[in-house]
Amino acid sequence: MKVRIPLAITFITAAVLIAIFFTPHHLGEQIQARISDWLRVVGGLGLVLGIYSLLQTHLRKVARRSRDWGFSLVAVVSFAIMAVLGIGWGIGQGTSFNWVFNNVYAPLDATMFSLLAFFVASAAYRTFRARTVEAALLLTAAIVVMFGRVPLGEMIFPKAPDVAEWIMAYPTTAAKRAILLGVTLGSVAMSLRIMLGIERSHLGGE
Amino acid sequence: MPETLLGIPTEALGIWLAALVTLAIYSFLYKDNPVYKFAEHMFVGVSAGYTVGVAYHEVALDLIIKPLFRPAELKLTHPDYLVLIPTALGLMMFLRFSRKHGWAARWPICFVMGYGVGAGIPPAIKIFLVQAHGTIQPLVPVSPGSHATAVQVIFQGFSSLILVAGVICTLGYFYFSREHKGALGVVSRIGMWLLMIAFGAGFGNTVMARISLLIGRFQFLIDRWWPQVRGLF
Amino acid sequence: MTLERLLQIDRRIIFVLMALAVAIPLITGITFDPGQTPPTKAVYDYIEGLKPGSVLVIVFDYGPASMPELDPMAAALIRHGLSRGLRVVGLTLDIQGAVLGDDVLNRVGREMRKESGVDYVNLGYQPGYTAVILGMGEDIGKVFQTDFAGRPYDELRITRGLRTFKDIGLIVDLASSNTPTTWIAQAHERYNATLATGVTAVMATDYYPYLQTNQLIGLLNGMKGAAEYEKLVNHPGLGMRGMVAQSISQFLIIALVIFGNIVYFISRRRQRRPPGTGG
Repeated sequence: MKVRIPLAITFITAAVLIAIFFTPHHLGEQIQARISDWLRVVGGLGLVLGIYSLLQTHLRKVARRSRDWGFSLVAVVSFAIMAVLGIGWGIGQGTSFNWVFNNVYAPLDATMFSLLAFFVASAAYRTFRARTVEAALLLTAAIVVMFGRVPLGEMIFPKAPDVAEWIMAYPTTAAKRAILLGVTLGSVAMSLRIMLGIERSHLGGE
Repeated sequence: MPETLLGIPTEALGIWLAALVTLAIYSFLYKDNPVYKFAEHMFVGVSAGYTVGVAYHEVALDLIIKPLFRPAELKLTHPDYLVLIPTALGLMMFLRFSRKHGWAARWPICFVMGYGVGAGIPPAIKIFLVQAHGTIQPLVPVSPGSHATAVQVIFQGFSSLILVAGVICTLGYFYFSREHKGALGVVSRIGMWLLMIAFGAGFGNTVMARISLLIGRFQFLIDRWWPQVRGLF
Repeated sequence: MTLERLLQIDRRIIFVLMALAVAIPLITGITFDPGQTPPTKAVYDYIEGLKPGSVLVIVFDYGPASMPELDPMAAALIRHGLSRGLRVVGLTLDIQGAVLGDDVLNRVGREMRKESGVDYVNLGYQPGYTAVILGMGEDIGKVFQTDFAGRPYDELRITRGLRTFKDIGLIVDLASSNTPTTWIAQAHERYNATLATGVTAVMATDYYPYLQTNQLIGLLNGMKGAAEYEKLVNHPGLGMRGMVAQSISQFLIIALVIFGNIVYFISRRRQRRPPGTGG
């Protein structure tokens, strides 16, 4: 019940979809469409699961007055305001939800990630060393690509973009393709293991 | 959203708010501080609230509430009761927080895994075959009526050789069932060099991507916020 | 200053240099010609070849963190599609793209005096990635029953005759995660949909193999790809404006790497010399 039925669900769902792929009958397509609709509902509810987990953590911190509980309160209040605005007044153009998205969420998200530019610059100076032949090759390729992909590089050396493009299109593609072939085979193997119930890590503990 | 709030145009208010949260995050570059932590936690809360807002309208309303309670809005003649099955499955996921009934959360997880596996295996095999086929390129690519010069043909052939040999050598590098000695040693070394070139190109692109994010924020501060600041004086 | 101290320089000095390298070019407002690369031109040429009335689907699979690279791409593509008389349909598989996509579609649509629901539409967000694409392969109207503004799919003029991938001229997935792989695996391999993609520069190297096998007809790579497309549609925007700052700051990084390595190797040579033989 606790293990057999879930494994059966995995196998049956996977087997039905694979069978439909190889037998493009109208009835099969209808079944696939219905299963896809169900997946979208389950997936949509799954979105909220992560948020429930997150809220639990911060609410616990506030209730227990743990260290930095004030910041957790900020998180909870911000969540409540955004959720109420979205559910109560809609999410389209001109709504308060849209305004908070454009003036709070988007700038915060973008700025958080833009910090990385500073750290990349710092790391470039302090830690990127061509200590071995391989490291030198990596840094050389990086410099050539960076040089060739900006207009200033083309002004200094007109063929720079062609060189950068060639590096992307041939040696890089060769290496990435080899990785892709390996990963694809590996994912097929792992998928078969999951389908047949050999791999059970997604079930969690007993 | 009203045009003004407390007499201030909401557009201007929005720009100031966006600039303040931007500068709050950038304060981290000097050192970690409460202003940064405040902005960071606000981000956590707002992003969670955003997900709930969008999920309510795009998922709950359209996929569950309307088919069950307002079918006429979706041009259905009667409620679609079959939607109760995935709804129940989805709600079962929340049972993972219960010690006694946590096992029930496996059902929807296994449904999602089964779907991913079943939908993923056939196209994955197809992609594998297409990519393998794409590796096999003619080394002397000349088509009838081609106006390519001899140098161009030779260079294209050399590039195709890099592609074919590169894939083989890189695959050789990842072959760990035998020691990398002799011919396999040479092949795997070439494969490693190609991997270094690929990672270098990837690193170069990563640097460009990170800088682009910074450019985006500075564009906002210079083009939209700075005129607001100047307008105060 | 000794070499060792040069290597241990306070990183905040580097942060300031980086900030200046980005800010000064933006303040001057100069633009550079971004040039052109074949993968970007391929997308442009394909859209140019579509007949008026064809459907161009733009998928906004990105969030605010990737806006500087992908938003200019989105704007340029929408502008190109609308100027060619194509029906521009937006949708997203990434929840963060729902509001972003709506904003950029409506902004460009209004600028070009086009009508929502007739010339362009945003179908919004649906969860499930693979499930959405497979559902679209059967009936797009069943997956996106209403658009983002809540209007029923079947009542929109723009969606007349748009039921499956066969009715779509080109799908361009603008992505900051690996959704293009899902689109290739499901839409292209199952339903022979024609695909192109615009990705953040971080991900570009992962998609060149698909370009080479024509599983993708074109690829827009980061902010430079956006700038190239803006130049092709003759409408300079944030992409082209960012090229100068991109150039200067990238050269700063290159200089820092080279200088850091020079200082490191000189310092290492000095440490290796026996004592009393150096100056």
